Amino acid sequence: MNVPLYEKIWMWAAGGMIVAFILMVFAGVAFSALEPPSHVETIDPAQVWTDARFANRGVTQSPTGATVIAVAMMFAFNPAEIHVPAGKPVTFRLTSADVTHGFQIVGTNANTMVIPGYISQFTTTFSTPGEYLIVCNEYCGLGHHQMYATLIVEEASS
Amino acid sequence: MNRADRLPYAHLWVAILAFGAAAAMALMQALSRASLDLPYRSAKMYYLSVTAHGVLMALVFTTFFIMAFGYVVIRYALRQDVLGAAAAWAGFWIGVVGVVLAATAVLAGKATVLYTFYPPLKAHPAFYLGLTLVIVGSWLWAGVMIANYRAWKRAHAGEAVPLAMHGMLATVIVWLIATVGVAVEVLVLLLPWSLGLTRTVDPVLARILFWYFGHPLVYFWLLPAYVAWYTLLPRVAGGKLFSDSLGRLVFVLFIILSTPVGFHHQALDPGVPAGWKLLHTFLTLWILFPSLITAFTVTASMEVAGRMKGATGLLDWLKRLPWGDPFFAAVALSMILFAIGGFGGAVNASFGMNAVVHNTAWIQGHFHLTVGTAAALTFMGLAYHLVPRLAGRELELGLLAKVQPYLWFLGMLLFSISNHVTGLMGMPRRVYEADYGGAAAAQAWHGLTTLSAIGGLVLFASAAFFLLVMLGTALAGKRRAPEPLEWAEPLHPVGKPGLLDRFGLWVLVAVVLVLIAYAVPIWNHLRMERFGSPPFTPF
Repeated sequence: MNVPLYEKIWMWAAGGMIVAFILMVFAGVAFSALEPPSHVETIDPAQVWTDARFANRGVTQSPTGATVIAVAMMFAFNPAEIHVPAGKPVTFRLTSADVTHGFQIVGTNANTMVIPGYISQFTTTFSTPGEYLIVCNEYCGLGHHQMYATLIVEEASS
Repeated sequence: MNRADRLPYAHLWVAILAFGAAAAMALMQALSRASLDLPYRSAKMYYLSVTAHGVLMALVFTTFFIMAFGYVVIRYALRQDVLGAAAAWAGFWIGVVGVVLAATAVLAGKATVLYTFYPPLKAHPAFYLGLTLVIVGSWLWAGVMIANYRAWKRAHAGEAVPLAMHGMLATVIVWLIATVGVAVEVLVLLLPWSLGLTRTVDPVLARILFWYFGHPLVYFWLLPAYVAWYTLLPRVAGGKLFSDSLGRLVFVLFIILSTPVGFHHQALDPGVPAGWKLLHTFLTLWILFPSLITAFTVTASMEVAGRMKGATGLLDWLKRLPWGDPFFAAVALSMILFAIGGFGGAVNASFGMNAVVHNTAWIQGHFHLTVGTAAALTFMGLAYHLVPRLAGRELELGLLAKVQPYLWFLGMLLFSISNHVTGLMGMPRRVYEADYGGAAAAQAWHGLTTLSAIGGLVLFASAAFFLLVMLGTALAGKRRAPEPLEWAEPLHPVGKPGLLDRFGLWVLVAVVLVLIAYAVPIWNHLRMERFGSPPFTPF
């Protein structure tokens, strides 16, 4: 194929840019563990409230961090208020009791789908104490826009 | 009107009417998001209308328009009568029945599941059946396109098929590979489940099948627009196509890269391992490549046009372009917005970065630049170009047609930029209102939702202009002698058919890539212990 010189330069530049994008994604994975939540674990959606993994919802604190167990449902999160420590890794474990929901902590990059039959899990660290809004970001029915919760990141007690 | 032109003309009008209905709904949605209290505003109406808007715009307007354009390419680029016209008409009517079924279910409030219809939200069976019929109709179209390509090849041994048909054939191939996913999703999982024949459905499997279809769907929208950019625009601009062979390369790259990328829509899904998402991310980023080539080739073709009209200097050629021609303006403006949309798309696809924008207003900001402008505005421009020629009438209300693309550009800038920003600030997409009990974070979005609503008003005015011009032309345009559709000549003559014209080979490469990207993850998924979900209808 006969490609004119300027277009050839452009095509090399375009290819170079795409390689740079790919390296950037790699760098995020390698240096910042910047991976999307991709946990693979299933659960019977009809048994969510009695399943041992979700029977005790809320926050469990330990010296090294905290674990949050929460259920998304039409049109609320259970629990509706979550307290976690700042500066320590917090692991969220979520599932849905009905349809597909989203779980997004506004002002952070904590964001995951919550799909019935599956357990979403991700770990993150909140550096800034304060009150955060958690919203459902996947349409889940006529009350979708009323589905939210509050996250309170507390100054770590030293 | 020439009898044979009735086929594309009928398809065009289904597309135009679907567009009109969907645009009216969009206005209400944009105003609702800004918390403006309108009569009849309710959450039920809002989500119903988001569903109708998505289905009518993304599936009906686009599909029928693309089918129309395919027949135009057969008639005017291959210069032959449509072989298999009976099958083509059957496809049209099957599609129309499908649209009526699906639309009835949606408007009756029985299918408020949005155009992505993720289970376990369950729509009325008529919704799934209607969508199936639209796709079956489009398969008949695909068969007719392929049959006509073969007939042309038999009659023109040793010649390369015109670039317009090369691009439309790529569109057909992408569509046939893509629709396998949605056909399996609807026929195997959703339709039996909505009829009560099966009790549960696996929502992640349904999402995998949907996005196997959902991403190549965007190239099904985009490729016909590229066909117009490559094969009609340079002519209207008064110049020549800078490179025919690079156009062929671009269409081939889309055949092989369109499908094995769907997991980047599921970046935040549980149940899909990170490694497969990473592979799909890399493949997705390479799809930027054919679009970047297109940006150069089409812009260079415009420069050729300007210089053929005597432009000198660095940028003087821009001034010599026919900015008052509605087709030219529509395409040029849609290219500018598509450049922004393309970079946004790279962000969406970039693995961990997706968490910042996933399901936020950024996404609606993004795809209104891509499908909502690169495809839709190009199609509107094409309609100005095609309808007078097919109908044998003058374009009526020419001033409105001249202004309309600029209004769309302005409205889309307001709408899209404000949604990109509120998305980065964390506002979710697809919400009736974004108040969240008066939370401080939500208050910060409000100025921008107003800006987005103003954008919506401007877009609605633009859509109304388009509809007025179309109706005026079809009903009251001055009759005139038929005018031929003229295609762009390439700067260098088209050679013999080469590697880029061997569609069978590229289909094979595409299928191999699809298998690499999907066979193992789907196999692993099916082997895993999974629990289905019963249906829900919270609407």
